[in-house]
Amino acid sequence: MSLLDMIGPVMIGPSSSHTAGACRLGLVAHHLLGEAPRRAVIGLHASFAKTGRGHGTHLALVAGLLGFAPDAPHLPRAFEEAEAAGLTVEFRDVDLGDVHPNTAHIDLHGETQHVTVQGSSTGGGVIQVTQVQGLGVNFSGSNPTVLLRYIDAVGMIARIATTIAADGVNIAALTCTRENRGGLALLAIELDAPLSEQALAFFNRWSDTDWVRMLPKLMDG
Amino acid sequence: MTLEELMNAPAPASGWVLAQDCAETGLDPDDIRQEMARRIGEMRASIERGLKSDARSITGMVGWNAKGLWDAPDVLGAPLLRRVQAYAMAVNEENARMGRIVAAPTAGSAGTIPGALIGVADHLGLPDERLVDPLILAAGVGKAISKRMFISGAAGGCQAEIGSSAAMAAAAVTELLGGTPRAAVHAASLALMNTIGLVCDPVGGYVEVPCVSRNAFFAVHAVSAAQLALAQLESFIPPDEVLGAMASVGRMMPAALRETADGGLAQTPTGLAVTARMEGREPEGDLPGGMVELPMA
Repeated sequence: MSLLDMIGPVMIGPSSSHTAGACRLGLVAHHLLGEAPRRAVIGLHASFAKTGRGHGTHLALVAGLLGFAPDAPHLPRAFEEAEAAGLTVEFRDVDLGDVHPNTAHIDLHGETQHVTVQGSSTGGGVIQVTQVQGLGVNFSGSNPTVLLRYIDAVGMIARIATTIAADGVNIAALTCTRENRGGLALLAIELDAPLSEQALAFFNRWSDTDWVRMLPKLMDG
Repeated sequence: MTLEELMNAPAPASGWVLAQDCAETGLDPDDIRQEMARRIGEMRASIERGLKSDARSITGMVGWNAKGLWDAPDVLGAPLLRRVQAYAMAVNEENARMGRIVAAPTAGSAGTIPGALIGVADHLGLPDERLVDPLILAAGVGKAISKRMFISGAAGGCQAEIGSSAAMAAAAVTELLGGTPRAAVHAASLALMNTIGLVCDPVGGYVEVPCVSRNAFFAVHAVSAAQLALAQLESFIPPDEVLGAMASVGRMMPAALRETADGGLAQTPTGLAVTARMEGREPEGDLPGGMVELPMA
C-alpha cells in the first residue's frame, strides 16, 4: 500500500471496489491467459452479484479481460469493445461460500489457453487473488508476480528460487499450494521487479513445469 | 506509520511521509510528487466537468446537484462554503455518471479531498503547485488509518470511508495553511471523532444517495476541522486511540449498515422503490412522492 494507492487510482466511477477493483480482477485473468480472450464465464458472489450491475462491475470486469486499465475512458463501452474483439461473456450469480462479499470467479478461454481466476476486491481498488487454476494463492498485484505450475517434487521451490536469484530479482512474498503430495502444485511469487524473458524461457523449458506466467504490477504504488 | 509518529515528525509532515513511503516501497520521491501533481490535475478536471453537467447518473437519483448549487445565488454570503460543497459534489456526480475521477481514498468518498483542498486553494487564490505536498500528507494520513482500521464502507461503515477522506482532507488543508504536523494530525483526529458510527446505507446499493451530498457535507467538515486545529485546538482523545475506537465500532456494526443496502436510507419506502425499479421489478403501488422519474432499465 503506497501513497499512490491512497490518493488514487485515477479511475472510471462509480465505485473503487466495484469498478476499479473489478477491472483489476479482469486484468489478472487477461494477463494469465496470455492470448486473446474468446469466451468468459464470470461468477459473481454476494455484493458483486447484488449491486454489481448498477456499479458497472460487469463492464469493469469485461474491460479488464480486454486489458483495459481502470482509468480507460472507453471502460463504460466494454460490452461493445468485447463484441468487436470477438469475446463473449456470460455472467452468473454464484455462492462461493465464506469469502469476501466482492468476489468474482472468472473462467476464461482463448483459442488454445484456459485460465480460472478467483479474487476479491477489498476496497479502494485493492484486490486479493485467492485462486488460480483451482489452486489457492494469495497475492494482490501490487508487485510483479510470477506463477508456475509444476509436479510437486523435492527441491522444486529451491530450484525456482535459485533461478530467480540468478536473474538478480528479489522475492517479496510467496505462496505455494498443491493438490496432493506428488500432484500439481502452484507457486505464486511476488517480486520486486519482473523476471527477464530469459528466466521465463528457462522455466518454460523445464519438463516438470507445465504453465508459467508473469503478471505485471497492476497497482500504481 | 502511526498518527502518533506523524504528529511528532519534523515539519513539514508531508516531507516526512514521502521519505517514509519511499524508503518502504523503493519508489522515487520525484516520481511520486510528479504523479500527485498529475492527480491534482485529474481532480480539477473532474470538478470542472461536474460543475457544468446536469446529465443524470445511472439510476437518475443524482446528476444536477453540483451545477444547481454552483449556479444558485450565494444566499449566505459564504462563498467558501458554497465552493467547497459544489466542488465535492461535482466530483461525486462525475463518479456516479461513470466519469473519470481520482479515488481518494475510495471512489465513493472521492469528492471530499478535492472539495476541501482545491476549494480552499481557489478561494484564497493559491496555485495548484502548492497542493502537491498537502495531497501527499493526505495520502500519509490515509495510510496510517488503513493500517489500523478500514477505508471501505463494506468493512467499517461510512465512518471508514468518508471519515477517512475527511481526516485526510483536514490534515491536507491544515498543512496548506501553514499548520504544524501536530496540528495536521489533530485536525484529522477531530474530523474522525465526529464521524464515528456513521453507517453506509447507499440507496439501492448505488454510490449516489446519500454519497453525493455526504461528500459535500464532509468536505466542509474537513475544512472546519482544519480551522479548529489551526487555532491550536486539539483532539482530547489521542489520534491513534480515536482510530482504535472507530475500528471497534466498525466491527460492532451489523452488516445491514455496511454498504449492503439492507439498512438505513436504503430501506426507506423510496429506497426500496428505486431498488425495485432498477432491478426491473415494478414497485408495488405508486412510487412515493418527491422521487425523480427513473429511466426504465
